[in-house]
Amino acid sequence: MKQIYLLLTLSLIIGIGALLSTRFIEPPLGEGDSAIHIFNWGEYIDPDLLDQFTEETGIRVVYETFDSNEAMLVKINQGGTSYDLAIPSEYMVEKMQERDMLIEIDHEQLPNLEHIGEQFLGLDFDPENKYSVPYFWGTVGVLFHPDKTDLDFTEWDMLWDESLRNEILLVDSAREVMGFSLNSMGESLNETDPDKLDAAFQKLVELAPNIRGVVGDEIMQMMINNESIAAVIWSGSARDVMWENEELDYVVPEGGSNLWFDTFVIPETANNIDGAHQFINFMLDPENAAQNADYVGYSTPNDAGLLLLDESEQEDTRFYPTDAQQETLEVYKNLGLENLGIYNELFLKFKMNLE
Amino acid sequence: MRRLLFIPYIVWMGIFVIIPIGLLVGFSFFDIEDNLTFSNYREFFSWSYLQMSISSFWYAFLITAFTLLVCYPLALIIKQLKLKMFWLFIIILPTWINILLKTYAFIGIFSREGLVNNLAAQLGLPELQLLFSDVAFVIVGVYIFIPFMLLPLFNSINSIDQSMISAAQDLGATRMQVIRKVIFPLSIEGVKAGVQVVFIPALSLFMITRLIAGNKVVTLGTAIEQQFLTAENWGMGSTIGVFLILFMMIIMLFTRTKSKTIGVGRL
Repeated sequence: MKQIYLLLTLSLIIGIGALLSTRFIEPPLGEGDSAIHIFNWGEYIDPDLLDQFTEETGIRVVYETFDSNEAMLVKINQGGTSYDLAIPSEYMVEKMQERDMLIEIDHEQLPNLEHIGEQFLGLDFDPENKYSVPYFWGTVGVLFHPDKTDLDFTEWDMLWDESLRNEILLVDSAREVMGFSLNSMGESLNETDPDKLDAAFQKLVELAPNIRGVVGDEIMQMMINNESIAAVIWSGSARDVMWENEELDYVVPEGGSNLWFDTFVIPETANNIDGAHQFINFMLDPENAAQNADYVGYSTPNDAGLLLLDESEQEDTRFYPTDAQQETLEVYKNLGLENLGIYNELFLKFKMNLE
Repeated sequence: MRRLLFIPYIVWMGIFVIIPIGLLVGFSFFDIEDNLTFSNYREFFSWSYLQMSISSFWYAFLITAFTLLVCYPLALIIKQLKLKMFWLFIIILPTWINILLKTYAFIGIFSREGLVNNLAAQLGLPELQLLFSDVAFVIVGVYIFIPFMLLPLFNSINSIDQSMISAAQDLGATRMQVIRKVIFPLSIEGVKAGVQVVFIPALSLFMITRLIAGNKVVTLGTAIEQQFLTAENWGMGSTIGVFLILFMMIIMLFTRTKSKTIGVGRL
């Protein structure tokens, strides 16, 4: 019995000690201190910029990450943490706005907004940029190993080629996978006609023998390690992989693909609205935007920032597609929960057809 | 005084067991537009969910069977060793490491240019596809559950009275006969407990299906994750959860243990 008391006391002391020690590592906020809570995708910012922001403004940054738009929505809805800034994709901005989850952004506090390219403002999902400011943008395409295949993936249909048996990795995301199947048939990736969706699903089932696996963020590490010949992946992830494995190439097939935007929004849970504005403005500064783009690998909508990047980078039409190329691309529309359910149901069925 | 001692237990059970299960059952009767409905249950009996249930059961069965096959002889061997507790400790040590980390390590071992294929190449063997196969999925599952199966097994085997075994041997039983007719029947409660602690969580594994099997193995766990996180269909997700609970209750009934002492050894 004595031993049990001893053990209990000991663990209590260690526990309290550990709790107190966190105060030395990260001092708690005092009265005058100001902080902002940022909620962003993983690996999606240059951490040096966070320190720099704190140095310049004295505002501390509490930084948390999520791995899907939907997970972010659920977390913000739950309350718990009062996030001051989040970075959802365009269709999620629309959804959050419909649910009155966003605070209007005050453009007067964002002098650096002028650096954002005109084609990135006033898009369908937020016509007056009342609630969102562009952060990064990109496409969905094929990352592949040119030495190991003769195909150049200028068309989606090439994924169905028999030479690719068991050689394709896909991202585990219903809209991307259903989307390229629809695109390969010349349909829109915002299709809601059940017959066309079913046709897209049937076509995916035919692709099943070529699929090596359907995975999450691990896809990047797997491609670096040459796990498969081709992968359907987001442009920025592809950029990251190509920095590590220079044998790979990325292409957006011509039959259309997804054009997406990730944007800053201020959720209605925000406590420090001023701080959030200051942070957005800080990130819109051309030099910071360039530094961030250089670190993250995604395409920056910041025209002035883009000019600061290496010329080879600026002219790389794989990641900064020309206007003509962009015309074939489509932005996701918010299709509503019911249609989203159908997409997910078909995607799940497709996964069950893999062997 | 006695009744007072019960209060924390009841509060705990209420907050962390009764209310969540109640919510789960409640949610399962609502569709995506918050209408009261049985449609989720109808949906569950469609072919794709039945298929998924069967595949969940099949893989949980495989994992449990192989874990038992590995652990039973292991427990017998450990019982014979001098430093029993030390060896037990060594085998349980991996549970201190997060499951996801261990799973990521297996990606490195099984991948195309990973450890196993490197070794195979050295020996002149053809390239194996381990990653994204159901074999790999079962191997990782078994690896993860070994400690959980071993503990109850070892506890029950270790508590068998040595004189029973000596008596059997004196009466001329062979080694196999001792194991089959004395040790196994006496350790059956440990086997049941071990099967329970492995089969039930194995039924709802989901991250490993993606990381190791590349979604080529689709279980009910995958479906729940997708319903809650992407489709935002909490109703359907809850319905699958309700069925999982039902399945687990059935398994508990089948593997009910009579003696109370065995349970102590569980993690």
